[in-house]
Amino acid sequence: MKIIDRNSPQGISKVGIVAGEDRESPSPGLLAWRPIAGILLRQLYLYKRSLPRWMEIFYWPLLDLLVWGFLTLYLRQGANMIPGTAQALLGGLLLWDMLYRSQQGISVVFLEEIWSKNLYNLLVAPITPFHVIGGAMLTGLLKVALSSGVAIVLAYFLFSYSLFSLGVSLIPFVMALLVMGWALGIMTTALILRFGQEAEVLAWGVIFLFQPVSAVFNPVSVLPPGFHQVAFFVPASHVFEGMRAVLNGKGLPWNELGWAFLMDVVYFSGALYLFHRVLERARRTGFSLKLGS
Amino acid sequence: MDNGSAPPCVVLEAVKLVKRFGTDSPPAVDGVSLTVSRGEILSIVGPNGAGKSTLIQILLGLLVPDSGQVRIFGVDVTQNRRRIAHRINYASTDLSLPFSLTVQENLQVFSLLYDLPDRKRAVSEMLEELDLGPLSSFRVGRLSTGQIARLGLAKALLTRPEVLFLDEPTATLDPEVAQEIRILLKERVKRDRMGLVYTSHNMREVERLSDRILLLESGETVATGTASELCARFGANDLETVFIKSMEHARLNRG
Repeated sequence: MKIIDRNSPQGISKVGIVAGEDRESPSPGLLAWRPIAGILLRQLYLYKRSLPRWMEIFYWPLLDLLVWGFLTLYLRQGANMIPGTAQALLGGLLLWDMLYRSQQGISVVFLEEIWSKNLYNLLVAPITPFHVIGGAMLTGLLKVALSSGVAIVLAYFLFSYSLFSLGVSLIPFVMALLVMGWALGIMTTALILRFGQEAEVLAWGVIFLFQPVSAVFNPVSVLPPGFHQVAFFVPASHVFEGMRAVLNGKGLPWNELGWAFLMDVVYFSGALYLFHRVLERARRTGFSLKLGS
Repeated sequence: MDNGSAPPCVVLEAVKLVKRFGTDSPPAVDGVSLTVSRGEILSIVGPNGAGKSTLIQILLGLLVPDSGQVRIFGVDVTQNRRRIAHRINYASTDLSLPFSLTVQENLQVFSLLYDLPDRKRAVSEMLEELDLGPLSSFRVGRLSTGQIARLGLAKALLTRPEVLFLDEPTATLDPEVAQEIRILLKERVKRDRMGLVYTSHNMREVERLSDRILLLESGETVATGTASELCARFGANDLETVFIKSMEHARLNRG
C-alpha cells in the first residue's frame, strides 16, 4: 500500500483540505444537487450492465399492453360496446403503469441500499434521507419516461391508440399520479425501515391495495356502497374519472383535478411526516447495522 | 498522541453517555466519557455485547443517548450532526458497498455524496493508496471479504475525515494485508492529524496501534490508559492478559 501525500510541497493534488486545518465548507445543503446526483448515478450504474433490470422496465408494461390491447381489439368488434371503452382501457393501463413505476422508483432505491448493506454508509454521509428520496424520485421519473415512452409508442402502432388524445390534460393527470406514487413509495419505505425486511412485501404489493378503489378501468359509480367514499380519498380515482370525462368529450374536469392534487398534498405530507417519525424513532432505538444481511 | 510541543487538540469529547434499549433492560452504555485528540488513536476494547457498536453509533450521532453529550469539533452531534458530518467517516466489517457496482463506481458515487472537489483525482489516488487499482473495474460482488473490507476503508478515507471511526477494520484481512492497513492508518493519523476511534478483538493489534485504550464491559468503562499503563495496573505482560483480568475484575465487582 502506498501513502499519497496530497498536501506535499510537490503538490501531487489539491484534493480535500490541508491537514490540521478546520474545514470551512459545510455539509451539502438540503437542496444541494450533488448528493441527489450521487444517488441517481448509483442507480444508473446499476442499469449500465444489467439486462434483467432493463427487461424489468419494459417486460411487464409490454405484456400488460399486449393482453389489454388484444382485449380492446375484441371489444371493438362487439356491436353493443360503449363508445370510448377501448380508449379508456388502454389509457387507464398506461396511466396506471406510471403510478406503479413512480411508487416502485422510491421503494426499490431504498431496498437496493438495504440489500447491499449500504444504507448505514448513506446515513453516516453528510446527506439527509431526503436527498436519497430526491435521487429516488429522479430515478423513478427516468424509469417512467422510458417504460411509458415505449408503451405509448407500441400502443399507437399496435392498437391505434394515442395517449396524447387526452391533450394537455395529460400533463396534470400524469403529475397527479406521479406524486401519489412518490407518496406511497415514501410510506412503504418508512414501513420497511420501521418493521425491517419482513415488510419488504409492501414495496411490491401496497399499490395494488389502491387499485380497486382507483377506478382505473371502471367508473367510480359502479363501485359498491362504501367503496365510493373510500375512492374519493384516493387521488388516482379522480385522475381516472377525469380521463374518462376527457375521452367522452366533456373537457377537463377541474373539480376532479383539484381533488386529486389536494389528496396528493395530504398523501405526500403524510408520507414525509411518517418517514421523519420513523427516522426519529430509529435515532432513539438504533438502526440495525446488519440491516440487509 | 499529538506530536510536537502543542497541547493536544481535542476533536471528540463524550461526557457521561448513557443508553438503554427499553426501560427494563440494563444500560447498553453506562456513563462512558472519553476524548480523542488530533493525531490520536483510541481503541475501544471489550467482549461481544459490551456496548462498543452502540457507543460508536452514539459518537457518530446516529443514535441519541438517554443522557450525556457528544461534541465533535465543539458541535453537539445529537443536535447538529449535519454540521460536522462531512468531517467524519466510518467503516465496519458489517457494512458493504453495492455489489453490482465496480470498485471505482462506488468510490465515484461517494465522492459525489460527500461533494468532494476534484473527484476523479481523489478516487484514483485512493485506489492507488489502498492497492485497489487492479480491482477498480471489478464488481464488488466479485471481491473477497478482505477486498471488500479494503474498499470500505477506501470509502472512509476518500473524504479525508478528521475523525474516523473504524469497527474491526482488519477482522477479515489476512495478516499481511492487516499489517499494511495498520501501517497505512498510522501514517494517515500522523500525517493528517486525524483522530481515530477503533474497535478490535485483536489485542496484539490494539497494543501496537493505539495511543490509548478504553476497556468496556457491560456498557461501563472498566479502565482506560496506554497499553503500558494498563499492563502495569493489572500486573500483566500483555494486553490480552489485561483484557482477561479486567473483565474478570469487572464481573466480580458487579457480583
